[in-house]
Amino acid sequence: MRIAIASGKGGTGKTTIAVNLALSLVERESVQFIDCDVEEPNAHIFLKPRIKHVHSVGKLLPEVDESLCNQCGECAKACEFNAIAVIGKKVLVYNELCHGCGLCKMVCPTGAISEVPHELGVVESGEARGFPFSRGLLNIGEAMATPLVHTLKEGLDPDRLAILDAPPGTGCPTIAALHGADVALLVTEPTPFGLHDLKAAVGVARSLGVPIAVVINRNGIGDDQIERYCKQEGLPIHLKISFDREIAVLYSEGTPLVDALPAWKERFIHLYHEIISQAGEGAASVASGFMPDDLNKRRTQGATLHAAEDVPAVDIGPNEGPQKGEAG
Amino acid sequence: MRVCITSDGQGLDAPVNPSFGRAPYFLFVDPETLTTEGVKNTPGAHGAGVQAAQTVVSKGANIVITGNVGPNAHQGLSTAGIEIYVGAKGTVKDALQDYRAGRLTRADAPTAGGHGRRMI
Repeated sequence: MRIAIASGKGGTGKTTIAVNLALSLVERESVQFIDCDVEEPNAHIFLKPRIKHVHSVGKLLPEVDESLCNQCGECAKACEFNAIAVIGKKVLVYNELCHGCGLCKMVCPTGAISEVPHELGVVESGEARGFPFSRGLLNIGEAMATPLVHTLKEGLDPDRLAILDAPPGTGCPTIAALHGADVALLVTEPTPFGLHDLKAAVGVARSLGVPIAVVINRNGIGDDQIERYCKQEGLPIHLKISFDREIAVLYSEGTPLVDALPAWKERFIHLYHEIISQAGEGAASVASGFMPDDLNKRRTQGATLHAAEDVPAVDIGPNEGPQKGEAG
Repeated sequence: MRVCITSDGQGLDAPVNPSFGRAPYFLFVDPETLTTEGVKNTPGAHGAGVQAAQTVVSKGANIVITGNVGPNAHQGLSTAGIEIYVGAKGTVKDALQDYRAGRLTRADAPTAGGHGRRMI
C-alpha cells in the first residue's frame, strides 16, 4: 500500500501529516517513509534519521564530437525540449533543458553524438524511529527532480506500507510521486489559495487515476469553501486539524505532534483506517501505466552513476540541511 | 546589415515586444532601406529562447533589438556573433531610432532569468 501525501499549495502541512501518520502506525504496521520533496526535503527535521547508503542519480547528456558533426541539424529538429541547438558550425547542448531521452543520438546520421552521465543529485537511505527512511537531494542548480523521485520509488519495499511525502505543486516531480499510489492524501488549508491549489492537485490525482482523500489543516483560519468544494466533488475529508498555537510551537521546535501529544495518535490511526477502507472501495478503478515504464527505467537505470555506496552512518536532524547543497 | 526587432506585429509601426524567446514576431529590418520581413514566432512549451535564437540566426541577423534576453537565448545568439541590444520600447520605428542614437544598452550578459522571469 502506498499513501502519497500531496497538496498543490506549499506549506499546508504535508510533512506534518506524513511524519505523524508514520509515527502513529509504527507499532501496528511495518512502515517505510520516503521524502520525495527532493528540492527541499524537511522530514528529516522531525524524524532525525540515520543515513547508511548514498546513491548518486543522474541523467545521460549528449556530447557532440565536432570532427564528426556535419551541422545537419537533425538533432535540434528532433528535440522536443530544444535542448540541443546548431548555431553555425557549433552545436550547443543545454543541460538544464535536456531530459536525457537519447533521441538526438538515435537520429544523428554521422554518429557524432555519444552520451555521458551527469549527476543530478543523490538518494540517501537509512533508518528513522525503527522504520526505513529515504530521501532525495537535488543538486543546487539542477532543474530535473523526477529521476530522483523515480529512484526513491524503485527502492520501495513492496511488503511495507509506504508513506510518500510528495513535493508541493502539481508539476512533474509531484506527478512522479503520486503515480502508482493507492491513495493521494491531499493536505489543504481553508483559504482561497488552499482551495485554488487543492483543485489543481485533485485534477492531477484524477488524471493519474489515484483515489483522493482530503485533510484540512489550520482549520478555522478561513471559510467553509474547502468543505463545500469537497462535498460537491464527492471527496472525503478524513481529518481536520485546528489552527492551534501549541501545534505551531511544536512544529517550530521540530517535535512531531504525536510525540508531545500522544492523544493525536488515535486520530492518525483513525485517518489510516479511513484511507484503507476507501482504497479498498476504489481499488478497481485505479488506472495503471500512465507513464511509459521503459522510459522511466531508462532514465533511472541508465543514469545511475555508480552502485549504492555504503557510508559511515550519519545522523541528520534539524541543523543538517541538504548536505549536497551545502557542498555545492 | 540586418536588424532583428522583437515585435507584436508586422511593419515599422508595430509595438516592440519586450520578450525575446516568446515574442509573437521577429521583424527583420534593413536600416538603410527600411524594408521589413516579419517572421512569426511559434515557441514550443520548452526551450523558447533556444528555438528563437536558432530562428534569428538562420535568418541572417547581425543585431537583435529587444526588451530583455534570457540566458539560453543569449548563449545561442552570442555563439553566432550577433550583438544584442536591450531596453527597447515603443514602436519598431522608435526602437530603431533609439538604437541609432545610442540610447539602447548592449547586453553582454543575459538580462532576464529565463522563462520570461525577471533577473534575480
